[in-house]
Amino acid sequence: MSIDTETARRVAKLARIKVEEDALPALASEFSAILGFIEQLNEVDVEGVEPMTSVTPQRLKRREDVVTDGSQQAAVLKNAPDAREGFFAVPKVVE
Amino acid sequence: MLDLTYEAPQPKTIAGATGDWELVIGLEVHAQVATKAKLFSGASTQFGAEPNSNVAFVDAGMPGMLPVINEGCVAQAVRTGLGLKAEINLWSAFDRKNYFYPDLPQGYQISQLYHPIVGEGEVLVDMAPGIARRVRIERIHLEQDAGKSIHDMDPHMSFVDLNRTGVALMEIVSRPDIRGPEEAAAYVGKLRQIMRYLGTCDGNMQNGNLRADVNVSVCRPGDYERYQETQDFSHLGTRCEIKNMNSMRFIQMAIDYEARRQIALLEDGKEVVQETRLYDPDKNETRSMRSKEEAHDYRYFPDPDLLPLEIEQAWVDDIAASLPELPDEKKARFVTEFGLSEYDAGVLTAEVANAAYFEKVAEGRDGKLAANWVINELFGRLKKEDHSIEDSPVSPEQLGKIVGLITKGDISGKIAKDLFEIIYTEGGDPEAIVEERGMKQVTDTGAIEAAVDEVIAANPAQVEKAQQNPKLAGWFVGQVMKATGGKANPAAVNKLVQEKLGL
Repeated sequence: MSIDTETARRVAKLARIKVEEDALPALASEFSAILGFIEQLNEVDVEGVEPMTSVTPQRLKRREDVVTDGSQQAAVLKNAPDAREGFFAVPKVVE
Repeated sequence: MLDLTYEAPQPKTIAGATGDWELVIGLEVHAQVATKAKLFSGASTQFGAEPNSNVAFVDAGMPGMLPVINEGCVAQAVRTGLGLKAEINLWSAFDRKNYFYPDLPQGYQISQLYHPIVGEGEVLVDMAPGIARRVRIERIHLEQDAGKSIHDMDPHMSFVDLNRTGVALMEIVSRPDIRGPEEAAAYVGKLRQIMRYLGTCDGNMQNGNLRADVNVSVCRPGDYERYQETQDFSHLGTRCEIKNMNSMRFIQMAIDYEARRQIALLEDGKEVVQETRLYDPDKNETRSMRSKEEAHDYRYFPDPDLLPLEIEQAWVDDIAASLPELPDEKKARFVTEFGLSEYDAGVLTAEVANAAYFEKVAEGRDGKLAANWVINELFGRLKKEDHSIEDSPVSPEQLGKIVGLITKGDISGKIAKDLFEIIYTEGGDPEAIVEERGMKQVTDTGAIEAAVDEVIAANPAQVEKAQQNPKLAGWFVGQVMKATGGKANPAAVNKLVQEKLGL
């Protein structure tokens, strides 16, 4: 499977990563190489093999329904480029 | 289970210029899970807190933070699934739905696209006594809510509050089995009722704790039946999705508008484009959210931070054993056990607190009479004064005693209303008040007879008239009731008046 520059541009935009126009062909070809490798993996017959979700057998860790966190407005906002009256302030986004 | 028999309602049809059209509707209802903490963090879910105060670092998408699932949310989703008679998946998994928005600091929402925790179920949506729609549930999955953006505090900035970010939602997805705007609202109402019975979602639509995305398409009569037979969607029209509505009234208005818009397009020879639309209640119209189109490429993939969610059948069985009696069963039982009409049983079971109140009033007493008093007198009065059943000044024990006094014949229906008024405003023990204030109905025939004789003796002209026209006997009954301060048993008075007048 081959990725064209148009797809590369779209993927970059969806990921909000700025890629200059002249860098797109190289990016597209890297994507194609990665997908080529995945295609190779797809050739392996995994019929009847459960997907491995963990290297060591373990169960999803759970927490109890108890409030143990929060009440740290200042810390949460600390790295925000702009914060006002307890809110993050961002350039206007409205539908 | 006691099942009330029912018939399916007629689908809503809209007359177009080229003939009739029918509506086909499916809903995705987002219900906030009633828990103390969020789905993957220990921050509080409490509504109305200071902005960004119910936020853990994992909710804020800080680097290096890992989600840890709240078992309470899982239990609530299972409980909801069981309440909707759905299949519970002992193995489910979480996926990332990727998109950028300022109120989603992770850059993705953790959801369950491929393996939801709850599979197929169903809901019976009551439309009128004997008329109900069976709506199939496709799935319920657990996912994170986003934060809240406020756009009107500054002309150039949006303000973001992450308190709701990461709160657990259940997305309940229906099949396209709903056939009109009223049915859609009734469906949301029924889900709300069931979840309130289960205690899994408070159903507060104003706070956004229950919201719906509505999929609407139109088709010609007969097409829908062909779809139902084959489950082949090509028999149906192209659908549009109206996002994020949190009012029953708006849901209905949006569906109606959207159906008419689609019909106008089709009759004009144009096509309906599958898209996401937003309903504007001020203008009563839906409009395209084109800006969201690109964001629809969500690039889902399994969340590598979370192992699959495996639960045990025994745990599910424990939850199943703790389920309360649900609305349909309760309603059917009220009909058979208390002899109520389906309508009255529906009113009494709308809220679990109302049903519990009624059952205390009716216990060991005349169920129909108890229902009349609870619905007409109590609910009427509470509604007028904007009280909820929880702060009713009349307890079920007090109202039960009033009903008991009527059934025993100790007080008449009219005196009972006076007594209800006294209990409502002053409180006290109804039985004691009836004794103390001499409100007891006179059933002693001797005393009533004396009063009847007195009235007859005092009004010879009326006696003559009544003997000509028996309908006038009622006047004597009224006079006797007046003379006895309303305490005479009306049936006994009536009988005696008839006898004495020789009618």
